[in-house]
Amino acid sequence: MPLWLELAVRVGGVLVAFLVLPLLVGQTEHKVMAHMQGRLGPMYAGGYHGWAQLVADGIKFVQKEDVVPRDADRTVFRLAPVVALVPYLLALLVIPLGPGDLVGQPLDVGLFFVLAVVGVGVLAVLMSAWASANKYSLLGGLRGAAQLLGYELPLVLAAASVAMAAGTLSLPGIVQAWQPWWLIWQAPALVIFFIAGVAEIRRPPFDMPVADSELVAGYMTEYTGLRFAFLLLAEYVGIVVIAALTTVLFLGGWQGPFGDEYLGWLWTLLKVFAVAFVIIWMRVTFPRLREDQLQRLCWLVLVPVALGQLVLTAGVKVALG
Amino acid sequence: MSMPGEGLAKGLAVTLKTLTKRTTTQQYPDVEPELPPRSRGVIALREENCTVCMLCARECPDWCIYIDSHKEEMQVPGAARARQRNVLDRFDIDFSLCMYCGICVEVCPFDALYWSPEFEYAEYDLKDLLHDKEHLGEWMATVPPPPAHDRHGEPSKEENTAARKAAQPPAPKTPPAAGEPR
Repeated sequence: MPLWLELAVRVGGVLVAFLVLPLLVGQTEHKVMAHMQGRLGPMYAGGYHGWAQLVADGIKFVQKEDVVPRDADRTVFRLAPVVALVPYLLALLVIPLGPGDLVGQPLDVGLFFVLAVVGVGVLAVLMSAWASANKYSLLGGLRGAAQLLGYELPLVLAAASVAMAAGTLSLPGIVQAWQPWWLIWQAPALVIFFIAGVAEIRRPPFDMPVADSELVAGYMTEYTGLRFAFLLLAEYVGIVVIAALTTVLFLGGWQGPFGDEYLGWLWTLLKVFAVAFVIIWMRVTFPRLREDQLQRLCWLVLVPVALGQLVLTAGVKVALG
Repeated sequence: MSMPGEGLAKGLAVTLKTLTKRTTTQQYPDVEPELPPRSRGVIALREENCTVCMLCARECPDWCIYIDSHKEEMQVPGAARARQRNVLDRFDIDFSLCMYCGICVEVCPFDALYWSPEFEYAEYDLKDLLHDKEHLGEWMATVPPPPAHDRHGEPSKEENTAARKAAQPPAPKTPPAAGEPR
């Protein structure tokens, strides 16, 4: 297969996943959140149980008026949703879907690349907050910056633990090296990575930057129309990326009970949706964490446990020879 | 001493349980709501019972009932003079003012006003919320039969009187007083 065609197929496939998976997660969130609250969720859009609700939402956002506040910093304001969205696309490029070649790009430093690129999302929060010329946005953005900065550390430490266990930074390599007993060995790292990941994508109970009952919409307050749709898409793509990372690093990725060779992609997707379900479940159940509680959880609980896990990993690795 | 995280786990269990239960949501326009008996939706008028006593218009706290009438004479064969009766010209209820208290229905001595559970009569123009005599008459078709008495409730006054009369020993028949029966 000529190089340009192969590249087109790979990037095209990742783009399709980037556009379709967040919509599926979003629709799941509508319905799961509704039933968990004793309601029905969307029922009309598209006729059968409202499956086209997000499509209708997309069309609605596209036809809205494009408003940039008068005192806003126009360039930065316009760039922020793009800066929020593109890193997740890049992250999806290196996450493996199945064994062998079923990945956008099998990077040797895939894990390092993903963590670095997901960190760029912090910049988007600060950009949108500052450029909005709105005190609620600014408050939300500063809270967001503190939160995201803090939770990068346990995220990286937990990921480092499993990279140490696998002996490689390449994501396909980590999935290849994974064994089921790692679920116990890396259990603290799994919990820390998951919690830190949810905090990184600013989902409840870590949605201090957005805090929709206190800060209007936090750093997203001044955004309308297509830009707001991009920020919303970024939220759901973030869920997909964190779920995919948790799956690939800690839950064995494409390894399943049988037929890994040709059903690996199915196991990956099932695990990703299971993790996404847990993220939605947490949103419905838990009240928001206050900033000081959030920071305390990060620096006084997650970081020490992550360091402890690193010591454990190193010890077991040395003991295993 | 509870385990750390116990409250969090209990919360998750509650939401999961609610997820698995069937929701009781009734999707309204496709499914009619199940209204309880004696629901107050709209007031219906039985014109033939109305004697234009004006009690309903007087007692209405909002003054939303408008009544006009005139008197008609009717010849009754065998009577010394013509009988008069009230004839209703206009009987409007303004539902934009009505507060659905039911005082008019309660106070009518001739059972000319009834409650109906119909509630889907919203209009685009406020003037259309003034229902005239014909419209109120049309609502009579939607008035449900009165619900059965509560089995465990007290018996009504009529039942009490009938029971009391039946329990009395029959009075002895006295012969008529002397004189020509009239």
